[in-house]
Amino acid sequence: MFEDLSGKLEQAFKSVTGQARLSDVNVAETVREIRRALLDADVNYDVARSITAAVKEKALGQGVLASVTPGQQFTKIVYDELVSVLGDEKEDIQFASTPPTVILIAGLQGSGKTTFTAKLAKFLKSQGRNPLLAAADVYRPAAVDQLRTLGDSIEVPVYSIKEKDAVRTAKEALAEAKKNAHDTLIIDTAGRMHVDEVMMSEVAEIKSVVKPNEVLFVVDAMTGQDAVFTAREFDKQIDFNGVVLTKLDGDTRGGAAISIKSVVNKPIKFVSTGEGVDSISAFYPDRMAQRILGMGDVVSLVEKAQEQYDEVQARKLQAKISSNAFNFEDFYGQLQQIKKMGSMRDLIGMIPGMSKQLGDVEIDDDSLKPIEAMINSMTIQERRNPQLINGSRRKRIATGSGTSVREVNDLLKQFNQMKKMMKTMTKMNKMGRAMEGLKNLAGRQRLH
Amino acid sequence: MSLFNKLGFGKKEKLHDGLEKTRSGFLEKMGKALVGKDKVDDEVLDDLEEVLITSDVGVKTTLEVIRRIEARVAKDKYLNSKELQGILQEEIAQLLKENDEERPAAFDAKLTHKPHIILVVGVNGVGKTTTIGKLAHLYKLAGKNVMLGAGDTFRAGAVEQLKIWSERAGVPIIQQGQGADPAAVAFDTVSSAKSREADVVLVDTAGRLHNRKALMDELAKIKRVMGKVVDQAPHEVLLVLDASTGQNAMQQAKAFSEVVDVTGLALTKLDGTAKGGIVIAISNEISVPVKYIGIGEKIEDLHVFDRNSFVEALFSKNH
Repeated sequence: MFEDLSGKLEQAFKSVTGQARLSDVNVAETVREIRRALLDADVNYDVARSITAAVKEKALGQGVLASVTPGQQFTKIVYDELVSVLGDEKEDIQFASTPPTVILIAGLQGSGKTTFTAKLAKFLKSQGRNPLLAAADVYRPAAVDQLRTLGDSIEVPVYSIKEKDAVRTAKEALAEAKKNAHDTLIIDTAGRMHVDEVMMSEVAEIKSVVKPNEVLFVVDAMTGQDAVFTAREFDKQIDFNGVVLTKLDGDTRGGAAISIKSVVNKPIKFVSTGEGVDSISAFYPDRMAQRILGMGDVVSLVEKAQEQYDEVQARKLQAKISSNAFNFEDFYGQLQQIKKMGSMRDLIGMIPGMSKQLGDVEIDDDSLKPIEAMINSMTIQERRNPQLINGSRRKRIATGSGTSVREVNDLLKQFNQMKKMMKTMTKMNKMGRAMEGLKNLAGRQRLH
Repeated sequence: MSLFNKLGFGKKEKLHDGLEKTRSGFLEKMGKALVGKDKVDDEVLDDLEEVLITSDVGVKTTLEVIRRIEARVAKDKYLNSKELQGILQEEIAQLLKENDEERPAAFDAKLTHKPHIILVVGVNGVGKTTTIGKLAHLYKLAGKNVMLGAGDTFRAGAVEQLKIWSERAGVPIIQQGQGADPAAVAFDTVSSAKSREADVVLVDTAGRLHNRKALMDELAKIKRVMGKVVDQAPHEVLLVLDASTGQNAMQQAKAFSEVVDVTGLALTKLDGTAKGGIVIAISNEISVPVKYIGIGEKIEDLHVFDRNSFVEALFSKNH
């Protein structure tokens, strides 16, 4: 598996923790890590280079935020840059003012054009449109059968002819759409290599004959460095106006999205996952950027932390921890801070790698309740001096909070572990680590 | 075949033909920059890095190759450009695993098992069915008695597609139909091949993304079922990879290897501008040889993999 970029950045930043400002010296290693991460995610070589250059420029001279680690802060800068490259605006299909709207689908072999054609038809049908499909892939054995089977399953008619003539198929399908009052015609074409001149001029000819309102370039999200050449060549030949990213499942990073967007500057209009005819969705640059960086939702975490985390309070806390004075009052305060930030499961899910570690451990916000109740059942003295809590006090706290002595014991044990851990941390405000302590607490409460 | 001629496929350049003309000056440039030096300068390493990364070799393997080159130049010193080219190719080729004797790639080679059963796997759209069609043709040309199994019962039109290939290659096909249990098709195919004394059996499977557990379990079952009919079958599990795929191909290879123990790789769609460099990392990491490359849509557009020309092609510039 790829390491998460944010994890790598934490490593790269170990040496600079505690410095007030991001400087030339301490970002060099980090910029290298970012570049590697982008390349690991299949972002094009030149594109990765220009992104890191932009990131470096933006990072230099920034003040280090107290509430997040420099690594997280840097990740945010990279993320913002990626989102801006991917485009902030969401773009839809351009529908014709006088129907039918003609949509031409093109791409390399195996990119998933036929499956996507069916998905798009189903999607448009659910929006009240009445599409017709044209089977203009006349070369791949049984491609017409494939579209026909898919068409049947979504109850959308498919137009095809016996002759192996893609241009004529498209032309006749258009006439058919007009005749039968279909407001949308989607033309599936054969997969073709961008270097195959004969095939490229065929799709250009289809385009000039049917004059589509929308030309979509379908590309496999797993495409590597070649994505830029392919996209550039298709763009030259058919001047497409939207990109479709397919097979964006599971561990696909999808760096190709960045490469294509920055090379041809055409919007990504749809992403598609899986083979089910329903798995199609609009494109969200922010989600894509997160996927490429493989960072869970560290960005939202940073943003939430910036919003919610009271820096003054944080500094006080830090002082307390270093003087070993961290107590249940502080812990209670921390819990409240965290609750302000959102649900536990979401929060933990935002920390890179954590959602995986969590697995099936059920964490909901209720899991914090017994902890809160136990702290609430302590006297002020007990909260300030946890070492006071002896056997009889434990029994009282358990009764008061509706828990068992064993749970109180667990809490005290874990509190002490956490305290020790926190003290050893060079920097208290590493959200991630503090949360990890919490995860153990919250998780265990439910497991025994 | 008239269809293909009409489309002008005959005119297309083959990998090797193209190679001669298009080989860029990279190797010469690198050679010049190194003559008489015992240290590779950064500019050359940057160029090497760019060539390797843009061929999808991947960061980790690229850094490994660079490290090896630096070490060799420091040790051997004062190389001429020819020697250096040799070293570069040697170092990269070393990462590509060799074929083992039990599973030869050559079509006319003597096979240990009869029938020799090949299970073809991979993610969606990499060209499994097309590769099987070509393999069937080439095995048949080499005088082997070939049989196909239409195990992709999921994708609409897949059975028909393989059937058309079987007709082109002139080999029998065992099929059930869309929606049939692929393990049952595999069982039928292998049983039938055994009774009809086929030499080579190629079993197609549906494309599946490597992170879909249920589908991967299904694949494991297909493999298991085959072993019940013929001892040690399948004798070859061929993972088909699309040359245009980037670093995700590594995850694919690892996931498929874990489930069905991949024994060979086929790299398809090398007729475009993609170089498929990730197979170097894959071959090295999971210790599996690359066996075939696909370079076009014609039935004969499949070749036995050759390490040296593959490495040479990495340094050719065709875009």
